Amino acid sequence: MAILDFNINRQVLMSAVPPDWPGGFWWHWLFFTVVIIAFVLTMVMAAIYIERRGMGRMQSRLGPNRTGPFGLLQPVADAIKVLLKENIVPTKADKLVHWLAPVVAFAPALMLFAVIPFQNGALLADLNIGILYIVAISSVSTVGIFMAGWSSSNKYSLLGAMRNVAAIVSYEIPLVLAIVGVVLIAGSLSLNQIVIAQDIPFILLQPLGFFLFFAAGCAEINRSPFDLMEADSEIVAGFHTEYSGMKFAMFYLVEYAEAIAISAIITTLFLGGWRGPLLPPWLWFVIKIVAVFFAMVWMRTTLPRIRIDQLMAFAWKFLLPLAVINLVITAIQVLAWPDTLPWALIIVNFAIMAALVLLWSKFFFKLGWGRIEV
Amino acid sequence: MKFERYGIGIAKGLTVTIRHLFRHPTVSQYPEQRLNTSRRIRGNELIWDQAKCTGCGTCAKACPQGAIEIVTSTNLGENKYTVDTYQIDTGYCIQCGLCVEACPYEALYLGYAYECAKYRRGELVQTKEMMLESPERQVSGYFYPKRAARLPKQTLLLERITEKK
Repeated sequence: MAILDFNINRQVLMSAVPPDWPGGFWWHWLFFTVVIIAFVLTMVMAAIYIERRGMGRMQSRLGPNRTGPFGLLQPVADAIKVLLKENIVPTKADKLVHWLAPVVAFAPALMLFAVIPFQNGALLADLNIGILYIVAISSVSTVGIFMAGWSSSNKYSLLGAMRNVAAIVSYEIPLVLAIVGVVLIAGSLSLNQIVIAQDIPFILLQPLGFFLFFAAGCAEINRSPFDLMEADSEIVAGFHTEYSGMKFAMFYLVEYAEAIAISAIITTLFLGGWRGPLLPPWLWFVIKIVAVFFAMVWMRTTLPRIRIDQLMAFAWKFLLPLAVINLVITAIQVLAWPDTLPWALIIVNFAIMAALVLLWSKFFFKLGWGRIEV
Repeated sequence: MKFERYGIGIAKGLTVTIRHLFRHPTVSQYPEQRLNTSRRIRGNELIWDQAKCTGCGTCAKACPQGAIEIVTSTNLGENKYTVDTYQIDTGYCIQCGLCVEACPYEALYLGYAYECAKYRRGELVQTKEMMLESPERQVSGYFYPKRAARLPKQTLLLERITEKK
């Protein structure tokens, strides 16, 4: 009986494998697990390099240029340095939680890539609820960060972790509402289906949604200007103040892996994923990820860090109402707009975005109560 | 209608940063490329002229740190002082230049060099023989404009930054 059950399960699982991939389910699983880990680690190193060099040039510096040609080996040197460092655990730390926190924070960043298509059908698991899975999994890393803050028995760590939890709980809502707009147009929760549905990239059909998702996503992964949970001028280094050596390396990895993950999600949802002319699909995917990440670096270099009250106000008074309005408008458009006029829809949507942002910043929401701080 | 608070500031900031991305960096690659320092630099060593020094000890009195040690003996044959010991602990020296300004015989100068880091404190003490002027130990133009005129002009910016390949 048990053998029969196994066979049935096997049949069910086999049917999930795309027909153009050779080998059985486990080969598919092994191949993509290896690919995802290699991809994430390589992209993290590339991201660190792009961030440090790009930020350097934007600040009229050169950035790291001592290790290897043009400083290309700097991430490797950093990794070796941080691995060789002593691992210090505070005396009063909750040892088990302190040890577990980096793992809990890092695993979701890897797991996000399980449902992101590298090209048509090339993904670990084509879940039909892919985007819901992403929303669920990306919240888990918050637990890891809060564990880190709590277990360090350090007030700065705890403050940083509390800020992080507050920010992520707030920004999750506009983030998800922005996703719902995309899902309404695509008519599917599967990321592969969403990419296939993007004959016009959704950034054009959903400009406001893209803007909301980008802002909320930056806040979600603690990137500047929303990086006040690790604000070094106020709370040392936030939740990873008490971490050193390999565990700190894990948190560093999480930071960039999440940035790459959110870039990949933005690429998939709004920029047409792997679709593009001439070049192979996976290359288009990588190019778009790098472009989105570069935009994040650009924002980081330009904008100053905001305060915690501004962070909360931005989420609840600006992003959330606009996300709800965007959702309603998108729903009406999906129901009522004729399919023959997609280009007119683009113009209308950009106009709606401009009008809403102007209206909101004029009448409903002013950062710092309208005080212009010079 | 003013567009002050509708993201215009953010857009301006973004253009500034992106323009800097394509601009030339304004740094120098220090160990390989050096800028000429100011001609009146107060470098962290002192240069002493044995011929001009009379052993009056004005420099030692002027020094706020008490870093200058000078011991003289009378030379009755030539009717002057002989400087037996003249040494400066540059570890205490604050490069204020008061000794140079105090010297009535123009026998003491500040150095042009600024890379005088040592591994041990003992090595920071400069004795009589070490303090003489030499090609490696050039004199700064501090307090002596004629000396300054001989030095190369200060450079503020390198034209071209070559990156290590």
